[in-house]
Amino acid sequence: MNNVRKQKRANKSLPFFFKDEFKVSFIIIFISTILLITTFSFDIVPPILNRGIQPATFPKGLLVLIISLTLIVYYLSFKKPWKIEKKLPKTFYLTLTSFLLFVLISKTLDFFLAISVLSIFVSYYWGERRIFYLLLVSIIFPIIVFVFFETILGLRFPPGIITNIYYQV
Amino acid sequence: MDNLLLMMAPLFSSKLLLVLFFGTLFGLILGVLPGLGPTTGGALILPFTMTLDPLSAIVLLTSIYCAGTYGGAITAILINTPGTPAAAATCLDGYPLAQKGEAGRALGMATVSSTVGGIFSVIILVFFAPLLAKLAYEFGQPEYFALAIFGLTMLASIGDGSPIKNLIAGAFGILISTIGKDFMTSIDRFTYGINELSEGIGFIPVVVGLFAISEMLTQSTLLDQVFKRVALKAVKLPSLKDYKLTWKTILRSSGIGSFIGVLPAEGGTVASLIGYSEAKRFSKNPEEFGKGSIEGIAGAEAANNAATGGAMVPTLALGIPGSATTAVILTGLIIHGVRPGPDLFREQPEFLYGIFGAMLIANILFFIFGFFGAKIFARITLVPNKILWPMIFAVSVCGTYSLSQSIIDVWIMLLFGVIGFFMRRYGFSVVPVIIGLILGELVEGTLRQSLVIFDGNWLMFLTRPIALTFFILSLIALAFPLLRSKKRKKIL
Repeated sequence: MNNVRKQKRANKSLPFFFKDEFKVSFIIIFISTILLITTFSFDIVPPILNRGIQPATFPKGLLVLIISLTLIVYYLSFKKPWKIEKKLPKTFYLTLTSFLLFVLISKTLDFFLAISVLSIFVSYYWGERRIFYLLLVSIIFPIIVFVFFETILGLRFPPGIITNIYYQV
Repeated sequence: MDNLLLMMAPLFSSKLLLVLFFGTLFGLILGVLPGLGPTTGGALILPFTMTLDPLSAIVLLTSIYCAGTYGGAITAILINTPGTPAAAATCLDGYPLAQKGEAGRALGMATVSSTVGGIFSVIILVFFAPLLAKLAYEFGQPEYFALAIFGLTMLASIGDGSPIKNLIAGAFGILISTIGKDFMTSIDRFTYGINELSEGIGFIPVVVGLFAISEMLTQSTLLDQVFKRVALKAVKLPSLKDYKLTWKTILRSSGIGSFIGVLPAEGGTVASLIGYSEAKRFSKNPEEFGKGSIEGIAGAEAANNAATGGAMVPTLALGIPGSATTAVILTGLIIHGVRPGPDLFREQPEFLYGIFGAMLIANILFFIFGFFGAKIFARITLVPNKILWPMIFAVSVCGTYSLSQSIIDVWIMLLFGVIGFFMRRYGFSVVPVIIGLILGELVEGTLRQSLVIFDGNWLMFLTRPIALTFFILSLIALAFPLLRSKKRKKIL
C-alpha cells in the first residue's frame, strides 16, 4: 500500500512531459499531423472524375478526428491519471532486438535462417538452456513448418543461402 | 424442412466431419492457451484454408470460433487466467470454486452452459440471419454507410477500455484501409513511392501482428509470472440442484449473448460481462458472486458462447463483422470468393445452412471434448512460453508470407506487433483496429457514392428513415459506455 502511495506521489511530482499521458498523446498527434500534411500532396481529381469527395478528404477527416479525440483523452487524463506502467524488462528489449535481427537477416541472408536465429535467440533469452529444446524450436520446428507450407500450399519461399540449397536438392 | 435437411448436410459428409473434428480440437487448444484465441488462430489458419473448398474453409473457421470461445473457460477456472478475453468474467467465480476443491463442478457447469448458449445462438442465427438479409434488400448506399457508422460507434463499448481510446483505435483501423490506391480514382494515398503499398495493407499481416506478435512481446514481459494451478480430477455434469439453480440464468444469458453478438462489432467479451452482471442482479444469492458462485459461471459462459452465433448474423447477412473473430471469418469468405449479404441467402442457401449445421455440431463436439478431455487440454498450458512462442512466431511469419508471397507483409506484421503491444500497454484495445480496417472501405465507398446520389448535400442522409434510425442508434451507442460504467459500479 505504501509503495502504491509512493508511486502515485512520484508520478504527481513528474514534469508533465515525462508522464505517459503526455508522451502517448504527443506521439499520436505528432504522427497524425505529419500524415495530415502528407494528404495535402495527394493528387486532386478533376470534377468530372470526382466521386463525391476528393481522395484526400476522407483521410483528412479521419486524421482530424484522431487528433481531436486524442486531445480529449489527454484532457480527461488531468481528472483521472493513467495507471502507472511497470518499467519494461530486459527480455522485452531483447525480443524487440530479435525482430530487428529477423528483418536484417531475412533481407540480406535468408528467410529460414532469420526464423532460426530469432527462435534460438528468443528461446535462450527467455530462459531455455536445454540443447534439445533449443534445436527443436530453431531447426526442427521451422523445417517442419517450411516443408508443410511448401508441399501443402505450394509456397515458394524467397531465395537465400539456405533456401536455395533446399530448392536445389 | 428443406433448410433443416441442408443444415444436416455436414453430418453426411466425411470430409466436413473431419474438418469439424480438427477445427473443434484446434479451437479448444487455442482457447486454452492464454494469449492465443480464436481470432489469432483463425488468422493463422486462414492460409491453410486455401487448400479447401469454400464451405470446408468456413466450417473450419467457425468451429475454431465456437470451440475457442469455450476453451478459454478451462484456463480461467484452473489457473485464474482467461484463455480468451471472453472468459475474463468466468475467472471471477470459476477459480474460487476450483480452489474450494470443486474444479470438476465448475468446469461441468461451464461446459453445459457454453453448449446451451452456443446452440441457442445457432437457432437465433438460423431464424434471424435470413430476416436481416431480407431487410438488407431495402438498403441503399446511404443506409449501408449509416449501418457501418453504427458498427463503428459500437466500438466505443468494446471491452473494458476507454470508449474514446477505442474510437481512436477504430479510426486508426479505417485510416490503414485508406493506404494504397484509392479504389475509386486510382490516386495513390500514403504509399510514399513504395510499390508494394499500392495494393494497400492486407488484413492478415495486421491481425497476426496485433494479436500474435504483440502477445509475444507481452509474454516477454511476464516471464517471471507464476501460475497457481488447481488440480482437476474429472469434469462433473451439474447436479439436479445446480440445474434448478441456474437454468433461468443460462437461458437469460443465452438471450443476452445472442443479442449482444448480433450488434455490429460487439462480441463475447462484452456479452459475458453483461451476462455475468445480469446473473448477479437476478440472483437470490448475489453475495456469493466473486466467491465461487455457480450462477456466475453459468451467466458468463452461456453469454460468451451465445455471442458466437449472434455475431455471425450481421457477418453473413450484411457483411458487417459482429466481432473480431467474425472479421477473420469475413476475410475467409472474401478470399474464397463468397460475398456475404442478402444475395448469398438467395443464391447459395446450401452453403449458409451448411455453416449453420456445422456450428451446431461444433457446439456438441466441444461439449464432448470438454467433458472428456478438459484434463488433457489443461495440460497444454504446461508447455513453457520459451518453447511455445518461438514456434508461434515461425507459423505467424510463414502464414503471413504465404497469402501474397510478400516479405513486406511479414515486416508489416512485425510493425503492427510493436504497435499492438504499445496500444495494449496504454489501454487502447486492438479489436477496434481490426473492425475499422475491415469496415474502412465500406464506410468510405458508401459515403462517396451516397454523396454522388445526394449531389453533395450531406443533410439528405437525414431524409432516409433507415439511415436516420442507424444514426440515432449510433448516438445511443456512444452514450452507452457512460451508462454501463455507472451501472457496473453499482453491480460489481
